[in-house]
Amino acid sequence: MIYQGKQKIWADYQKEIPDDHWFYVRSCIRQNFFPGAEKMFLEICRGLLGKDFYETEHHTTCGGIAYHCDTIPQETVMTIVARQFALMTEAGYENYVASCITSFGNYIEILETWKEFPELETRIRELLWKACRREFKKPEYVAHASDLIYKYRNEIAAKAKYRLVNRLTGEPLKAVEHIGCHYAKMFPARGIGGAEYPYVLSGMIEAWGGNVIDYPERRHCCGYGFRQYHVKANRGYSLSNTHKKFESMEPYHPDFILTNCPGCPYFMDRWQYVIAETEGKTYGENGFGIPVLTYEELASLVLGYDPWDIGLQLHQVAVEPLLDKLGIEYDPAAKYKGLDEKEIMRPELPGVLRCC
Amino acid sequence: MKENIVIIGGGIAGMETAAQLLDLGYKPIIIEKSDHLGGHVADWNRLFPDMSPAADVVRSLASRVSGANIFLNTEISFINKLKDSYNIMLSNGISIVTRIIVMATGFALFDASKKEEYGYGVYDQVMTNKDLEHWFNTGEDPRINDSAMNAVGFVHCVGSRDEKARNTQCSKVCCITAVKQAIELKQKFPDAMIYCFYMDLRMFGKKYEDFYIGAQRDYGIRFIRGRVSEVSENIDGRVIVKAEDTLSGKPVKATLDLLVLMSGMVCSQDSTKVANMARLPIDTDGFLKSRDNVMDIIESPKEGVFYAGACTGPKTVPETLAEARAAALKVHLFIKGLE
Amino acid sequence: MDFGFKLSPSSAINLDNVNPDKFEELHRAEPDVYKCMACGSCTSTCPAGRYSGMSIRKVILALQRGKEKEAVAMMKNCMLCGKCSMVCPRGINTRHLILSICRIYEEERK
Repeated sequence: MIYQGKQKIWADYQKEIPDDHWFYVRSCIRQNFFPGAEKMFLEICRGLLGKDFYETEHHTTCGGIAYHCDTIPQETVMTIVARQFALMTEAGYENYVASCITSFGNYIEILETWKEFPELETRIRELLWKACRREFKKPEYVAHASDLIYKYRNEIAAKAKYRLVNRLTGEPLKAVEHIGCHYAKMFPARGIGGAEYPYVLSGMIEAWGGNVIDYPERRHCCGYGFRQYHVKANRGYSLSNTHKKFESMEPYHPDFILTNCPGCPYFMDRWQYVIAETEGKTYGENGFGIPVLTYEELASLVLGYDPWDIGLQLHQVAVEPLLDKLGIEYDPAAKYKGLDEKEIMRPELPGVLRCC
Repeated sequence: MKENIVIIGGGIAGMETAAQLLDLGYKPIIIEKSDHLGGHVADWNRLFPDMSPAADVVRSLASRVSGANIFLNTEISFINKLKDSYNIMLSNGISIVTRIIVMATGFALFDASKKEEYGYGVYDQVMTNKDLEHWFNTGEDPRINDSAMNAVGFVHCVGSRDEKARNTQCSKVCCITAVKQAIELKQKFPDAMIYCFYMDLRMFGKKYEDFYIGAQRDYGIRFIRGRVSEVSENIDGRVIVKAEDTLSGKPVKATLDLLVLMSGMVCSQDSTKVANMARLPIDTDGFLKSRDNVMDIIESPKEGVFYAGACTGPKTVPETLAEARAAALKVHLFIKGLE
Repeated sequence: MDFGFKLSPSSAINLDNVNPDKFEELHRAEPDVYKCMACGSCTSTCPAGRYSGMSIRKVILALQRGKEKEAVAMMKNCMLCGKCSMVCPRGINTRHLILSICRIYEEERK
């Protein structure tokens, strides 16, 4: 691997990202999958870095999931998106940042489509007005939330309590980065680092002291693939794609996987359990899995937040081996305690995948 | 005989034009930007289909043009159109007034790193056709390890027939070059498995099809119809290619010790730059536009400006030499017409 | 544990796992086997092909992709009529080739 060759490509795919004043929209599914992630994004950006991030309870799904599952037509998804832009306009913002990769891809696709077919934009404006009497301005800038953590990565590094270094060996941790397909595969120029060698997550890992692994199936889909999972008859395809990635990264012994998409961390996390139970195979050390983190969770960890406050107990694959490597102190007894210090329910332990 | 003839480009097109004009009694001027004559052919090792040494071609041409005025390391600073002639200012400060320009500006090899998915410049074991010729010439390349050459792949059409790379044209010579290089590698590494990943095989020239049959029958080179869509590197530093075996309709994957990218011929930026100075039109394929693509391929639409070789599109060595001879004859007739 | 779904078999061909030995033996016996350029003349005129799936083009390909059993099963439908050798532009003696395949891939025919 020639690192300078990648740097050359990264230099070609940089984007100017506004520093402040963002209209933030959540993902439909992330709050169920990894509920701490979005909360921590706002906590870091607002509380720690003092930036202005606005969100509104009137925001809904962007329609991307239904669009990609082929259950709603493009005009419908465009009208939903037009409504989100109207909310942004009403709130007085111009910079739009999405938590979800598919939303980000959806917004970019719609804006590019309107650029090519202005008559479609006119029609969507009419539909939105008829539906809810709203008008909108198009955002000046659309970013994905990982773009912002990338942008703030050095500030985070400066405030970090932990580095991505194995306390036991002193070696940098080996990290797999996995980029959601809709981040840059549709519009490579809109992703930091492009679509073939994305830098958005690698940049964070490097800034926080880790080493990035480049393995053969790095670019491959996580396996979620919407209809591959949602239609039960296709679920084996979803599992098989994830399996293919794990088989490919296995020889590198990654310490953790970093993701920037709602579906990827969920499926790479949960399918490790299914693979373990059906194939008897685990990919981490000593029967554990490989922990899969969102970039917000990783940022929170290096900044020293309590692992149980950022929701890491909701991961299927145990994060404790990673916490031990990082030297992060945690209270095992507090893992399943709620905010009121009372025990919340404990998950049943799997048969094969070691979880504690 | 006092008429100046300026040949821009000291590759084989420019050299052959100059050699013919010298034979006709003129004293042409060759302007070459690099420090040597021979252009791309000087970088090559052997030429299809008879494996003749490229150095012989360059050496023979060089000996025939020794009587010309040759400016090496010289670029064109600007060209001014005068009433019925051109004033050409060179980077060495010399200016030449001439009524005759032969554009022998050639081509550029497509920059393979632009096809990011192939990882040229990123993955250790990926090289281009030109790099491989360099190894044939010098025996020096860290990517080729004599003791570990078990599987090698060639990717045809790199940057050619590729709308995204903004080159829709077929680069024409790469198919036969891949066959030639595959045979040469097989001769050096008889136990290696050699794959050629192609979309079509365009064996248009004299003896090319025989060459291809020989590659199959005598050398056992495996031709897989399918374009490599993604290259990655495994933990040993070898490359993994993914393609579709379109003849069986199934995805195919292979781990290789070396991947050779057949970079295609594209119009060189220098060629376009000089063409703009002389206000010569560019054709839709990006190469210089001839007066007519059937009858007058070597004539530009401008009086006294002629083309020779790959500045008007991908060409083989013999095609280039034939055009150069024709261009020399056109120049001769043009001068006769002026007298 | 049964989840109602499991890993799906992959149709991808991994060339790393193809053992070339038998095909090399075939190549020594039948140097012309490599000359096939997949034009399909043989398949289009094969009297067995349209009813049984026999295609000598596909047999040659499948043998190179590690699908020997599939290839040999296909060949069981050949009637050795000789039409394919008439139409092959590369002059491959398909009759001779088929007999050599039968001999070399004896094991796979069982």
